[in-house]
Amino acid sequence: MPIINDTIFFDEKAHGEALEKALKMSPHEVVLEIRESQLRGRGGAGFPTGTKWMLALSAQADKKFVVCNADEGEPGTFKDRVLLSEYTKLVLEGMVIAGYAIQAQKGFIYLRGEYAYLLEHLLNYLDRMRKENRLGENILGTNYSFDIEIRLGSGAYVCGEETALIESLEGHRGEARNRPPYPVNTGYLGYPTIVNNVETFACAYIVISKGAQWFAKYGTEKSKGMKLISVSGDCKKPGVYEVPFGIKIKELLELVGAEDTKAVQIGGASGLCIPMSEIERNISFEDVPTGGSVIIFNKSRNMLQVLRNFMEFFVEESCGQCTPCRVGNKKLLEGVEMLEKGICTHHYLNELIELGKTMQIASKCGLGQSSPNPFISIVTNFKDEIMSNYLGSGNGQ
Amino acid sequence: MIYPDKNVLVNEVDALVKKYGSGRESLLPILQDVQRKFGFISDFAMQEIAHRLDIHPVEVYGVVTFYSFLSTEPKGKYVIRLCKTISCELAGKEAVAKTLERELNLKFGETSKDRKFTLEYCHCIGMCDQGPAMLINEQVFTKLTPSKVIEIIDSLK
Amino acid sequence: MDNKITKGRAPVSHQPHNVAKASGEIGGEVEIEINGRKYTVPFGTTILEACRMNNIHIPTLCYHEDLCLAGACRVCVVEVEGMKTLQASCAFPITSKIKIWTTSEKVRKARRHILDLLLSEHYGECYSCVRNNNCELQRLAKEYGVDFYRFGHITQPRYQVDRSSYAIVRDMDKCVLCRRCVRTCIDLQEVGVLEATRRGYSTLISTFMDRPMLDVICINCGQCINRCPTGALRAQDPSDEIWKAIDDPTKHVVIQTAPSIRASIGEEFGLPAGHSMTKQMITALRMMGFDRVFDTNFAADLTIMEEGTELLLRLKRKLLEGDKSVKLPQFTSCSPGWIKYIEHFYPDYLDYLSTCKSPQQMFGAVIKTFYAQEMGIDPANIVTVAVMPCTAKKFECNRPEMNASGYKDIDYGLTTRELAQMMKEAGLFLPELPKSEHFDEPFGDASGAGLIFGATGGVMEAALRTVYEIVTGREVPFNNLTITPCRGMDGVREASIVLTDVKDEWKFLEGVELKFMIAHGTANAKKVMEALIRGELEGYHFVEIMACPGGCIGGGGQPIPTSPEIRKKRAEAIYKEEAELPVRKSHENPSIKYIYEKFLVDGPCGKISHKLLHTHYTKRGKYIV
Repeated sequence: MPIINDTIFFDEKAHGEALEKALKMSPHEVVLEIRESQLRGRGGAGFPTGTKWMLALSAQADKKFVVCNADEGEPGTFKDRVLLSEYTKLVLEGMVIAGYAIQAQKGFIYLRGEYAYLLEHLLNYLDRMRKENRLGENILGTNYSFDIEIRLGSGAYVCGEETALIESLEGHRGEARNRPPYPVNTGYLGYPTIVNNVETFACAYIVISKGAQWFAKYGTEKSKGMKLISVSGDCKKPGVYEVPFGIKIKELLELVGAEDTKAVQIGGASGLCIPMSEIERNISFEDVPTGGSVIIFNKSRNMLQVLRNFMEFFVEESCGQCTPCRVGNKKLLEGVEMLEKGICTHHYLNELIELGKTMQIASKCGLGQSSPNPFISIVTNFKDEIMSNYLGSGNGQ
Repeated sequence: MIYPDKNVLVNEVDALVKKYGSGRESLLPILQDVQRKFGFISDFAMQEIAHRLDIHPVEVYGVVTFYSFLSTEPKGKYVIRLCKTISCELAGKEAVAKTLERELNLKFGETSKDRKFTLEYCHCIGMCDQGPAMLINEQVFTKLTPSKVIEIIDSLK
Repeated sequence: MDNKITKGRAPVSHQPHNVAKASGEIGGEVEIEINGRKYTVPFGTTILEACRMNNIHIPTLCYHEDLCLAGACRVCVVEVEGMKTLQASCAFPITSKIKIWTTSEKVRKARRHILDLLLSEHYGECYSCVRNNNCELQRLAKEYGVDFYRFGHITQPRYQVDRSSYAIVRDMDKCVLCRRCVRTCIDLQEVGVLEATRRGYSTLISTFMDRPMLDVICINCGQCINRCPTGALRAQDPSDEIWKAIDDPTKHVVIQTAPSIRASIGEEFGLPAGHSMTKQMITALRMMGFDRVFDTNFAADLTIMEEGTELLLRLKRKLLEGDKSVKLPQFTSCSPGWIKYIEHFYPDYLDYLSTCKSPQQMFGAVIKTFYAQEMGIDPANIVTVAVMPCTAKKFECNRPEMNASGYKDIDYGLTTRELAQMMKEAGLFLPELPKSEHFDEPFGDASGAGLIFGATGGVMEAALRTVYEIVTGREVPFNNLTITPCRGMDGVREASIVLTDVKDEWKFLEGVELKFMIAHGTANAKKVMEALIRGELEGYHFVEIMACPGGCIGGGGQPIPTSPEIRKKRAEAIYKEEAELPVRKSHENPSIKYIYEKFLVDGPCGKISHKLLHTHYTKRGKYIV
């Protein structure tokens, strides 16, 4: 696929007056537009946004909430930081549009504690919006009122998970909830709540601004629209890129100037490690999904070391509530340590892979369900290197 | 920094409850403010907050120990958090880490005796294209090298 | 609802699902398929409940009938057709036609893996654990055929055992992080001693600032022990010292047994709940070598005499003499868990408590004075053991003020479980022992009123039978002395009796509506105290509070497991046994008449009684130092 001409985010002129437009539609019409665009959540899970908003709109309650998940913690993801600092209008007005669509009165931005330096900018922007009557009572002269409060996180990756985030907002430990019931029915303080990623709100803004049809022109059959990808690691031009869904990994590597690549981690620590033999695959929900993180490893990198880094991450960031994730991740990390010492038998490695598969289906939330991904994909795709790592070379092909 | 006097804490908690409300939802904002002001959340502060929000002190303790940025132990005036996730590691975090340990005479996880510096690891702070990166309190520093780090530390000493 | 969910302290998803709100539909039934067969269940039932209704077995670990949901252990996962991940059956409400598989390959593999993970972290062996043969983890391991440690097994302890408390021992190496103790202490009892701390692999159930149990506001009710699936929480066990005393020929070892023991000890020998083993228990205790086997019910009668008189004296001072400083309602004081609770949480209201000691402690004082005199034994050589369903009694007998006799009134508090263990050690299989007809003299007589102390509402019923008769000269106006408003398992109950045609000396009570309230479980005690503070208890005269849900038969020392059904059966056993006793009112107990004639000669609440049988309390407050 060629490099695109119409971009969504990086072209300010394309941003339009979505808020004015949305307020002239009915909430139901707004939701339908989102649904027609087939926009899917941009945080990684990819739940159809239109469906989520429809369920929230039809829920009956005297209070409803919109939550912007700005707890961008997936290793290798930094696109939300860029959106919040440089495309603030898209995100914040996207939230107001979402609020209007589901008829919520209040919104929260759950900003991760590590982004506290963005707080001042965001607070000032919200003040400006209130002065311009784009937030607060009777927005733009309509009888719709909506306001936004910013809440800071305090250094917990698991709070990026939607129910753990809601628990954190309520003053609890960030431990995932039982679902069903889902947040759209029973969310913040028991009220219907939608939790969406920063980029999702920005995309929703664009959908209203330029229309669902325009948005759905890009992407693949099941993954519509453009995606922001944050690229880091061994490449000449790391940074945030806007690409259509369906872009081949090979094409992305060329775009960012990656040389001598050995593997590409797509989806962050919870994602898959793609070896060079699979770079014809594409980035989409149907093939290799990602919330935005792409990390590139060149031939000098030791894959076992990479795996250890990821598993240490999960052991520390797991909330600790459910058995498969709390103990399972530790067992996988111990497996990595055994591989490093060369004492992990082939049989035990297979046991760990089976454990990983159990964790993927038995864990309570997305963290435990995806933490085995790097383990299984690295161990499977780089088997020889992993098994002979202790011999010291570490740079097996 | 002196250990906060109980009266000071009571007044502070009072003011925070007035500002944020007395429901459990206010717990995290209150704890964050106490952490920012005093560098830690003392056991007296936790009990006071618990009583004002009508929850048990042990629940407050459970919340404080859950989040990495909240602490029951006094932290230094400057809390240095170096990212140790893979992108920063690939970019050379190890050299920066050794430099920090050497220049501050601290191991990761420790606070200096004069309570000036705390040195900690943290996980991905979203600066992966500009690594190695670290946070000092709420300020972020990117594209670190050993010499750059020495400059930064010197400016704080 | 037997204390299931209290005031919404639990996170939202742990509360019973407000499914009607969630989908707009109310009522109705849903047709589902489980393991290929069709069933119909009410809308909103969880998968676990649906399976249990239809005799389909799903193993659980963190689920408990008394507590709010957790969904943390993932042992009860099942496969739901169309859903990629396995669902926790304890927490998944059925709202549509779904197909469930409870033993598919994925499910079995997952459960086995989860067990392997739990076992890999579980330090210690079964044979050196107090829960050997009664451990849920052990049972699951057997059910799933665990015969090797797939993911290894830790061989070094990670934590130090906390033995600081008089009553409760915490051994975190055996903890499976099911959070039952947390849900019990925070949601069920609303005391708030235990909570999950830290995060991820380092998650640890701990106290405030990891202080030892002795230093936090634990009231020793032991409800956490009853619900812990493994040996992580257990009671302080004094059986070794007791055996030593029994084996020592110079020591005269006296044992008293609480009413609840006899209704529950059978469960420790495999009998279902609700079989009374009184007569066999007396035999067993004698065979174990106790020099005297007494019945705490006698002391319960004594408590009624003292507390009933105290109530009447308070009523007299208030209504006849117009003394405004009199604190009414009077609160019972026989539950040591409740006493510690009010000392911590409502220290300014201690004056409302009756000054009477609990039956156990009254008995101890009497034994080391009156009994010692009568038998000509040096009280220094008497060892008093009290078998109680209660763990808080272990703290109570060590309270510094409990030495009215000049010696420690009660030397050891033993629980039902520990007594059963001692019997087994002595080779005594309780159900097959011959029956003994009578406890030992001179305190062998106990009325039915003393026996019903074990159930919630029992103290109130016993007190009313005596107080009403003292005041009016007639029996309580209830069929067969069964005061039904006092019975049942509702958390807070209340009723009243109007006093008419009273005796001359009680003229000032003519026409007074004696209002009383009963609460069990400290969450309900809190409700009552909050009502008191708001002034809503004006006009009430007597309140009975038991710290443990169900009353003493639900105590922390009772056989494990516990459930609303089990507690109900134990209470029924007590009431059934009581109805057949010859004497059913405390003041008609011949042993009681005897002790007041010969020893407590200035009558109930007189000087001697006050010295030996009454106590004072300590303001503790809830600040943890």
